[in-house]
Amino acid sequence: MLSELTSGQRQAALIFLALVACVGLFVAGFGGADPIAAHGWLVLGVALISAFAVLTRFHDPEPVADRSGSYYDAPVKAGIILAMVWAVLAMFVGDWVAWLLVDPELTFSEPWASFGRLRPVHTTGVIFGFGGNALIATSFYVVQRTCRVRLAGHLSPLFVLWGYNLFCLLAVTGYLWGINQSKEYAEPEWYADLWLVIVWVAYFVLYLRTLARRKEPHIYVANWYYLAFILVVAVLHIVNGLALPLSWAQAKSYSLFSGVQDAMTQWWYGHNAVAFFLTAGFLGMLYYYLPKRAERPIYSYRLSIISFWGITFFYMWAGSHHLHYTALPQWVQTLGMTFSVMLLVPSWASAGNALMTLNGAWHKVRDDATLRFMFVAAVFYGLSTFEGSFMAIRPVNALSHYTDWTVGHVHAGALGWVAMITFGAIYASVPWLWKQKTMWSPRLVEVHFWLALAGTLIYVFAMWNSGIIQGLMWRTYNESGTLAYSFVDSLEAMHPYYIARAVGGLFFLVGTLVGCYNIWMTIRASRAAAVLEGDHPAPRPALETGS
Amino acid sequence: MAVEERDPLSGYKTTGHEWNGIKELNTPVPRPVFVFLIAAFLFSVGYWLLMPAWPTGQSYTKGLLGFDQRDQVARDVAAAAAQRAAWSRALEYTPFDVALADPALMTRVRDTAPALFGDNCAMCHGQSGEGGPGFPNLRDGAWLWGGTPDEIAETMRVGVNADHADTRVSQMPAFGRDQMLPQEDVRAVIDYVRSLSSERPVAPSARLVRGAEVFANTCAACHGVTGEGSQAVGAPNLTDGAWLYGGDRDSVHQSVWGGRHGQMPAWEGRLSTAERRLLTLYLLDLGRDQP
Ligand code: HEC
Ligand code: HEC
Repeated sequence: MLSELTSGQRQAALIFLALVACVGLFVAGFGGADPIAAHGWLVLGVALISAFAVLTRFHDPEPVADRSGSYYDAPVKAGIILAMVWAVLAMFVGDWVAWLLVDPELTFSEPWASFGRLRPVHTTGVIFGFGGNALIATSFYVVQRTCRVRLAGHLSPLFVLWGYNLFCLLAVTGYLWGINQSKEYAEPEWYADLWLVIVWVAYFVLYLRTLARRKEPHIYVANWYYLAFILVVAVLHIVNGLALPLSWAQAKSYSLFSGVQDAMTQWWYGHNAVAFFLTAGFLGMLYYYLPKRAERPIYSYRLSIISFWGITFFYMWAGSHHLHYTALPQWVQTLGMTFSVMLLVPSWASAGNALMTLNGAWHKVRDDATLRFMFVAAVFYGLSTFEGSFMAIRPVNALSHYTDWTVGHVHAGALGWVAMITFGAIYASVPWLWKQKTMWSPRLVEVHFWLALAGTLIYVFAMWNSGIIQGLMWRTYNESGTLAYSFVDSLEAMHPYYIARAVGGLFFLVGTLVGCYNIWMTIRASRAAAVLEGDHPAPRPALETGS
Repeated sequence: MAVEERDPLSGYKTTGHEWNGIKELNTPVPRPVFVFLIAAFLFSVGYWLLMPAWPTGQSYTKGLLGFDQRDQVARDVAAAAAQRAAWSRALEYTPFDVALADPALMTRVRDTAPALFGDNCAMCHGQSGEGGPGFPNLRDGAWLWGGTPDEIAETMRVGVNADHADTRVSQMPAFGRDQMLPQEDVRAVIDYVRSLSSERPVAPSARLVRGAEVFANTCAACHGVTGEGSQAVGAPNLTDGAWLYGGDRDSVHQSVWGGRHGQMPAWEGRLSTAERRLLTLYLLDLGRDQP
């Protein structure tokens, strides 16, 4: 990975890592007994290990003088591997917390293993660790191919990837030690948040500069989505993270918002994290890998435009549907609900655009599990956006809110849509990147597909049942006009569904492990022999003659 | 200029651009997309007209229906209370013995109490009041603080060692830890206490005699001369085999050596009088089922 850096860049990397190490040491020293000190040591350790890695490659031969004749794929490869590592870790923790809900004793009386600490490790691990790395990696891949230009920088892509993973590491270790600012999907404390801002701005600048250097006259749809993802996530993260730390040497901070404003800001963030992280980013992925793999043109460019602007415009309003029937003024709930309903149209337009693109390639969907991953992803995208708009309707929400239905909805999106499109994209890119004709074992891709699909369906059906039963039990009155069930009664009724959910999760996890093995073997095969020539930003004859 | 091609399969033209092999068709937006977009928008406009919707600086549009979720909750709560009033008011004044003999009222109790008990009491006293180590069984008829309806209702109202002004106070001193008794005497009195409820006859020994002496001098003040307990100070009956903290040697040792200080929250202020009386009836009713 470092062999594409000039010796000057290697020096710059070392100086930068030395600086980071100093900051780590500083925090460790001044942190004293505060938990932030442990994070100081962690940063120091990571910086030293990284510096050591740079040093071992320090005297490698210089790269060719003009690197613009090739794509910069080292960060893409690293990002894909990191995504899979996070996937295994975080899905394992996810299944653990699923079993924890079946049997509360599985904490082994360790504070770090309590539900409240493990749960954010799972969510951060899958969303930011797995999803985020996959987005960064594929966005680097896609922007280069669709702009026919090498990434605009050599250190900054590495910095983005490295810094982002350091952020994820700070986040999940912090939860285990009890560092958590108690905002869902925004749990890390102020210093990790600040670090992410730096990383994210670097990502944004890198992306813009690469786009600016493009050799294609137009910007491809996938890049609109990736760019929307990067830009809006920055805005959301900064606003929701505004907080005042107790001091520079303490982990704890207090949010600038309080009460219902805090709740509204949090869910404006939370819902748009779904929108721009888990939807826009992955739509970018879909718009590149699906037509590429199906070898079909996008069904309708006009539909792409309508859905892009529809999604970006409507989503921004929808967050308040997370706070129906609360202290939030009702007019805000109304806006959240109505915009969520309108949102369905562009969402389905996107899903439809993807599915119609497959016209003429259905035999490939049948035969090729990689493309089938993407097809199923588009179907689940359609399903879960419908479900989301439906659940945003106030009377429906009165039943679904606070129940497992929400959990089922999230996983229809997370497993069915986000993870499926990611696996599809990864199975498509790994052979391209490691110069192989196919994955090491297309059969194992098939095995992974069925495990993932079965796991998702078991999970989602279990949670639908469980959630609806739960919601009904909580609102059932007996003839005397009093509640028929206690909370514990509803918990007992959930038990079989919790077992089913944990089994479904296990299927999904095993599928991911199969995927890791397959990717690993593909990479090993590439060490033995590169079968294909890599692609590179060659001038395209058709274009040279035109415009 | 861009080169537009015709896609043989769909018959539509491409936009003429290409990105690494990906092309786009210039297919017109299917009509249903616009139809549904307009329908969703009209639905929203209708909803905005009827319901509180748009901010207007200091206020917001109230909507033609004049609907407000807070009023709605207040109305729903009042309506439900009115529906229950017929029997729940009766609970407040009907004497317990009359209520227990009133099948209609007891049906309400059996309908209502399990969920109330499940949400407020079960985490300590067990799903059906069967208790657990440190938390008394509420259906076995062995009462620490008295088993008449009024006594039970009072325990519930003020709690035990609770933050209520009238709380019942219960204190089993830590005879060993606080060095009120020598180690030998602690062991002897433990043997003696355990012998009180032993089903098999216990062979007399010097240690038991010593234990009985210690008991008479130190323990009888609270637990009674024969160990039958005292409901005035919440000291358990030590002869009935119904243990609060456990009757094995270790548990009894823990009780005598380290003392006990059970805590039961006060429910006045958390549950209404009617609800507390309802739960009292429920416990009495549970006790009636016991053999
Ligand atoms: C936090 C745990 C806890 C909760 C919750 C709790 N209790 Fe108790 N309760 C206790 C303990 C402990 C005692 C025994 C106190 C003592 O040592 O004397 C007790 C004692 C009692 C007694 C007296 C028993 C006797 O033998 O005299 C009654 C009656 C009672 N509880 C009823 C209730 C009811 C009804 C509720 C629900 C509204 C409830 N408790 C909720 C812990 C609890
Ligand atoms: C000041 C009054 C008092 C004295 C004196 C006293 N006890 Fe107790 N004892 C209590 C009370 C009150 C409890 C119940 C504690 C609770 O509910 O938390 C209790 C509980 C116990 C228990 C636990 C019973 C069970 O069901 O698990 C044992 C055993 C016991 N006492 C033995 C003794 C012995 C032996 C002595 C004399 C050495 C003694 N007590 C002296 C008040 C007293």
